[in-house]
Amino acid sequence: MKKFFGFAPALILGLALFATTNSNTNLGEGLSVGDKAPDFELLGVDGETVSLADFEDAKGFIVTFTCNHCPFAVLYEDRLIELHNEYAPKGYPVIAINPNDPEIVPDDSFDNMKKRAEEKGFPFVYLFDKGQTVYPAYGATRTPHVYLLDANQIVRYIGAIDDNARDPEAVEVKYVENAIAAMEKGEKIDPDFTKAVGCSIKSK
Amino acid sequence: MKYSLLLFLFSAPLFCLSAKAQSGVPVYDSFEELAPVFNKDNDTTYVINFWATWCKPCVEELPYIEQIHDAYPNEKVKVILVSLDFPNQIESKLLPFIEKNELQSDVVVLLDGKYNSWIDRVDNAWDGAIPVTLIYKADKRHFINTAFHSFEELDEILKGFIK
Repeated sequence: MKKFFGFAPALILGLALFATTNSNTNLGEGLSVGDKAPDFELLGVDGETVSLADFEDAKGFIVTFTCNHCPFAVLYEDRLIELHNEYAPKGYPVIAINPNDPEIVPDDSFDNMKKRAEEKGFPFVYLFDKGQTVYPAYGATRTPHVYLLDANQIVRYIGAIDDNARDPEAVEVKYVENAIAAMEKGEKIDPDFTKAVGCSIKSK
Repeated sequence: MKYSLLLFLFSAPLFCLSAKAQSGVPVYDSFEELAPVFNKDNDTTYVINFWATWCKPCVEELPYIEQIHDAYPNEKVKVILVSLDFPNQIESKLLPFIEKNELQSDVVVLLDGKYNSWIDRVDNAWDGAIPVTLIYKADKRHFINTAFHSFEELDEILKGFIK
């Protein structure tokens, strides 16, 4: 009996999640699923300027707004590394972009980005949204905040990386990986939008 | 069957309150355990603030929220600070913070990391960052998606609940 009662709320929870992940695609400004994402030219921690157009053979991009200081971004660092190591060879590189104003958060300065990238051995490009022009064009509001693009730079998924920021061991749904798998099979991505839980992007 | 159901019903309220207390601060593993706090049907006004010690804007607005206690000493207002600090920060950061700042409000810790599954149950407008504050009394609800920058800003909304 107890088991049954315990299960019922879980079921309702699942439905609530389903409802929200399918209804909020057009909230606010910036990109929605189906829009074409703008390219950019941003300086990376290795001193090179990077554009999406540089990745000639890419089948897509895991564009991730992230940073040094946010505890949620830090919690996802290792998962972002794994994501890149698994999916970059398959044509889907992680493109990490720090959108924060370092005058507000000194931890997120370009020098500190370089330090963090070196400490963690980031295998992906880590770019600085200097002047904060890229994140508003995308409509990102959080770190971390993922925009999964296809080869034509069409947005296919927006939101969180998976369903458990705090505990990688307890993750049940890997939103980004599922979205890539669905893209590969030509199936509908479901959900194609989740709320990106994390820190607000810092600007003046 | 009947017996076990009855037993469950009687034990349910206890079960709901059975959060692990860590040095006096109740710790909830799942939102489900905390959910009843968001649906009390009585004449008390509940001010429920989500925060964490690592969240700068949250810490900056806390004094305004604490001021409620001095402003309304005789009113039925209950302030609950739901900390989203991570497990390894409870002893090292949260408890010292509570002590140092002599927080008068009730502090509880919510560890449920499946944020996407429960933030909409607090309010649909919650877009995934803290601080947020829910003020409610019975059926009347007001959700604030940003930090307060003064006590007056908070009080404007609170006055609508407490005459």
